[in-house]
Amino acid sequence: MNRTTSLALAALLGVVVPAAAQFQITGAGATFPNIIYQNWMLTYNQTHPDVKLNYQSIGSGGGIRQFSDGTVDFGGTDAPMSDSAIAAIGGNVLHIPTVLGAVVAAYNLPGVAQPVRFAPDVLADIFLGKLTKWNDARLTSINPGVTLPNQDIIVVHRSDGSGTTFVWTDYLAKVSPEWSQKVGKGTSVNWPVGLGGRGNEGVSATVRQTPGAIGYTELGYAMINKMSFGVIRNQAGNWITPSLESVTAAAAGAMKDMGESTDFRVSITNSPGPQAYPAASFTWLLVHKTYPDSAKSRALVQFIWWSLTDGQAKAPELGYAPLPKEMRPWLEARLKSITSGGRPVWKGPSAE
Amino acid sequence: MTSLPNLPIEGIPSGRPSGETRWQSLIGTDRSDRIYRRILTGFALALPSLIVILFAVLFVESLPALKKFGPSFLVTSTWDPVAEVYGAAPMIFGTLASSFLALLIAVPLALSVAILLTEFAPRWLRQPVAFLVELLAAIPSVVYGLWGIFVLIPFLRSYVVPPLKAVFGWMPFFKGVFYGNSLLAGGIILAIMIVPYIAAVSREVLLAVPTSQREAALAMGATRWEAVRSAVLPYGRAGLIGAVILGLGRALGETMAVTMVIGNRHDIGLSLFQPAYTMAAAIANEFSEATTNMYLSALFEVGLILFVLTVVVNAVARILIWRVAKGAAVGSKAL
Repeated sequence: MNRTTSLALAALLGVVVPAAAQFQITGAGATFPNIIYQNWMLTYNQTHPDVKLNYQSIGSGGGIRQFSDGTVDFGGTDAPMSDSAIAAIGGNVLHIPTVLGAVVAAYNLPGVAQPVRFAPDVLADIFLGKLTKWNDARLTSINPGVTLPNQDIIVVHRSDGSGTTFVWTDYLAKVSPEWSQKVGKGTSVNWPVGLGGRGNEGVSATVRQTPGAIGYTELGYAMINKMSFGVIRNQAGNWITPSLESVTAAAAGAMKDMGESTDFRVSITNSPGPQAYPAASFTWLLVHKTYPDSAKSRALVQFIWWSLTDGQAKAPELGYAPLPKEMRPWLEARLKSITSGGRPVWKGPSAE
Repeated sequence: MTSLPNLPIEGIPSGRPSGETRWQSLIGTDRSDRIYRRILTGFALALPSLIVILFAVLFVESLPALKKFGPSFLVTSTWDPVAEVYGAAPMIFGTLASSFLALLIAVPLALSVAILLTEFAPRWLRQPVAFLVELLAAIPSVVYGLWGIFVLIPFLRSYVVPPLKAVFGWMPFFKGVFYGNSLLAGGIILAIMIVPYIAAVSREVLLAVPTSQREAALAMGATRWEAVRSAVLPYGRAGLIGAVILGLGRALGETMAVTMVIGNRHDIGLSLFQPAYTMAAAIANEFSEATTNMYLSALFEVGLILFVLTVVVNAVARILIWRVAKGAAVGSKAL
């Protein structure tokens, strides 16, 4: 077969000879950041048509598994990998925070218009099943001017394993020694009381349909669905309404404790920041410290850096809290440490 | 599921005297026939081997949990992914309880529909009603779940539970507070979902009962109801049991609709108002975020138990059908 025929055949089959190298980069993991990840990938692909990114939202657990097995180039998770899971892959992982999420206490109290305030110990005791009435003195004393009904508190929690549950239980474990000892923290836990709903939508549907119910959902989800959610007292003693700003403030407030050399596997719940909403968390991308393919990994790192800078502007409209800008130098340093064949794959934004 | 009785076809003698040798001489001589036969055998064997592989994979994956918890997995109630302690008793209970509750509601309903449609309804009504009942089977289960949350549960809370509590409140089945998501709601949703299956198969079975059975009963002076009760139903009993088992099999494995209304709580209780959990729901809910190996293995063991349970239920059903089908009951061969 001569050259002309083979070219004609290629054209006939729709084979396009790529002008530049094409990169197929795949990732899998957490469902919570899926909306913004898809948005980033689509937007990034418009200016970088040679980089084809693909993210499957299969859940954090699945993301960690696929990332560890090497079936995907990067992972996504709402709960950081455990030390033993990191050791199992020889420590070849970096956690890169991308955006922030928050978990709110959503409730259904017909006739109560003002937002209800919750102190951390009250919240823990509600979810422990020890505080069972809405007009309990411990609730009414911190809610002056709000008429709380004489009604049973019905706890609703996630029945599926979820990063939302991880953030919520992580927060409760920090503020309540009893919670930490009896229940602990995890993507699913052994709930002392309550009904289980599947997904944010399951919890919110159950809360809406059950007068007297209290559950926890993602902040973005609760905002879109116009649910009532509680104001929580933070570590500094301020009553904080959950909002994207107070969530970003939680990350900023936690930076002092993290330190410049952090591996970002930190929980920022119960953040000391004065304006910090206490039930907030990072969601992370999992990337390897060393990659075999230098060009492909550079494309990946460039995309991540774009997400952490230009991409952040997209976050608020999609219901995510952007990272505090003060964190960028730390993120840059961490991305620069990724190597391939002993050489760094990315020399920083100035070198481009 | 059902077949018409093997009636001799006119014109063809039922014995095959001379034809048999002619057929035999044709079978197995041609090469294409042999190849065809091998391909068919391969396909036919693929399905049973799939079941064996399924069982093997479930068993191997659940080995860590089997070793760690042993038989206590079946009888303990703690499901704590943080402490890595797992017991599946509440899920086994919830699966069986919700399915049998569903049968309790669905069987009378479905049989009534089938009897009405085959024996009593005017001819013009039969097809449309049968079609509508079968249409219930085409609704996706997540839609049933949504309907359960937004329609059924509020309805139960306002109109069904208060009178139930007032009349039967002394019984352990109707004690406690009704939050909405409960075993009762799960059972009712399941019942609605399995009615079309039981009704459709029962209707086919009853249609296959020879008219002579009815005529004989009517000729003896029976009323139409007596004819149905004494002649039609006993004649089709094997097929009817098969229909019920089909419904039960579906109820045991149903996931999405149940998990949306049953409350997903690892708890055992007699009260129908309590939240419960089923095995299929737990697997679907927890699998994607099961991060540790033991957690994953425990979920695989739940899958194994569900698998064995359905096999046992089907086996018992088969034995039951053989028992009652000792007469030449309709549908016994197909089942």
